[in-house]
Amino acid sequence: MKTVTINDIQNDIVEEFEMFDDWMQRYEYMIELGKSLPLIKPEFKTDDNLIKGCQSKVWLHADLVNDKVVFTADSDAIITKGIIAILIRAFSNQTPQHIIEAKTDFIDAIGLKEHLSPTRANGLVSMIKQLKIYAIAFQTQLSK
Amino acid sequence: MNAAKPHIAFDVDSIRKDFPILQRTINGQPLVYFDNAATSQKPTQVINCIVEFYENYNANIHRGVHSLSQEATDLYEKARQKIQKHFNAADAHEIIFTSGTTHSINLVAHGFENSLTEEDEVLVSALEHHSNIVPWQMLCEKTGAQLKVIPMTPEGELDLEHYSELLSENTKLVFVNHVSNALGTINPIEKIIKQAHQVGAAVLIDGAQACPHLIPDVQKLNADFYVASAHKMCGPTGVGMLYGKTEWLKKLPPYQGGGEMISEVTFEKTTYADLPHKFEAGTPNVCGGIAFGKAIDYLNAIGLEAIAAYEDELLNYATEKLLEISGLKIYGTSKNKTAVISFNVEGIHPYDIGTLLDKMGIAVRTGHHCAQPIMDFYKIPGTVRASFSFYNTKAEIDALVQGVNKAKMMLS
Repeated sequence: MKTVTINDIQNDIVEEFEMFDDWMQRYEYMIELGKSLPLIKPEFKTDDNLIKGCQSKVWLHADLVNDKVVFTADSDAIITKGIIAILIRAFSNQTPQHIIEAKTDFIDAIGLKEHLSPTRANGLVSMIKQLKIYAIAFQTQLSK
Repeated sequence: MNAAKPHIAFDVDSIRKDFPILQRTINGQPLVYFDNAATSQKPTQVINCIVEFYENYNANIHRGVHSLSQEATDLYEKARQKIQKHFNAADAHEIIFTSGTTHSINLVAHGFENSLTEEDEVLVSALEHHSNIVPWQMLCEKTGAQLKVIPMTPEGELDLEHYSELLSENTKLVFVNHVSNALGTINPIEKIIKQAHQVGAAVLIDGAQACPHLIPDVQKLNADFYVASAHKMCGPTGVGMLYGKTEWLKKLPPYQGGGEMISEVTFEKTTYADLPHKFEAGTPNVCGGIAFGKAIDYLNAIGLEAIAAYEDELLNYATEKLLEISGLKIYGTSKNKTAVISFNVEGIHPYDIGTLLDKMGIAVRTGHHCAQPIMDFYKIPGTVRASFSFYNTKAEIDALVQGVNKAKMMLS
């Protein structure tokens, strides 16, 4: 069976978002995707797992399962939940190396470019950074 | 004669023509700017004043013998006099130009570093912006003085009974904002100042949110210090003022050393310049100061009483319309407030509403509004804050109400 790469998933997401003509539909879809977010276990919903730089709260946790990183998360804001769900869909169940190397320009392609600004209070940039930090940590662990 | 009566019909359409930015579209929608408590938009009159300064008058001030420097100096000092007159300060030297409210507060806080002791107490209100909390915390850390908080009521007003109990002969300083930035509450500062003076404490009033809506008479209020920013009053960013009573300004040490603030300098000793220059080290924001004066002219030409009456009308209209939305709760329900509505919709994060409103071209602020203690009081992560100005319209409020309803539909 062919492995599904981060790139494949990102292309799928871009295609899905291309079906919509206006921002409202895109946001409605994003809100919908938020509902499928693999939720973080309550015991990991701690301040240590909060991502800084977000106006809403975002908790992110990662486990290494069969040498692949599995992410879980949650947020108290619905749109943020949608954003983190999209990221997790693209990055979860991948090897640390692939996550480290992955590009993130698909965010631009799905019309969420404005969220990519580092000064934007939603912390999308911080979320991506945190996903990659987990991958780097697991990569170090694996290479030992 | 006092031009107290508001225009029979406030001519908002012609006022809007003064603000070029209101013609903009955001995300394909006409801009609805409801973030006025963060900063006001600028009228052509102020923008032109800035352009004209750099085209015709730019020079450094107070030091050149040449004519251009003299002209620039005259304009700058005229602006100071305009501000003095506007706030009814007794003397022009009681107006210190600063970079804004935060700078003004830090200047005063620094001035008390060597005079406070561990026995002293400093009172700060629960309604303050972080910029009127943190400098005093720093001051208390340095001096060992105690910081005490004047609590607030669920309506978002200050608990004056508790305030009276907190006052004692140990109270040296009291800090209260004239209007709360997060809730819009207008605090009864005249009473607060009077009571503080009875125990011998000095009072600093943060007027950043009040000055766009009313004219504080600093002598009538008997404030020791009153601070404000130009950018919230249709003026440019990076300039503001500190009013201080002459006796206080003479007592306080200079904040920064540099040019302009000195009388004589030798390596053995420097003597400081007289007021106001003692507090104005370095080349100031000359153009900003002049444009600040122009902004005050602009507001006065319309009339702040007329502005306040019209904004009240907007506030009442918006309050009524927003409360028709089920699950919407307004924080800060004082009868005495400026045109600010801080709200949440049940079960929805303020950030979500703010993001969707932005897509509809509506600019609001979301978050804790640099007033985390207020959010903690209500046990909420933040609010959506819509703050209105005299160039806003009821039609824009309708767009906000429609936008909140749309967002609510998408998010529930």
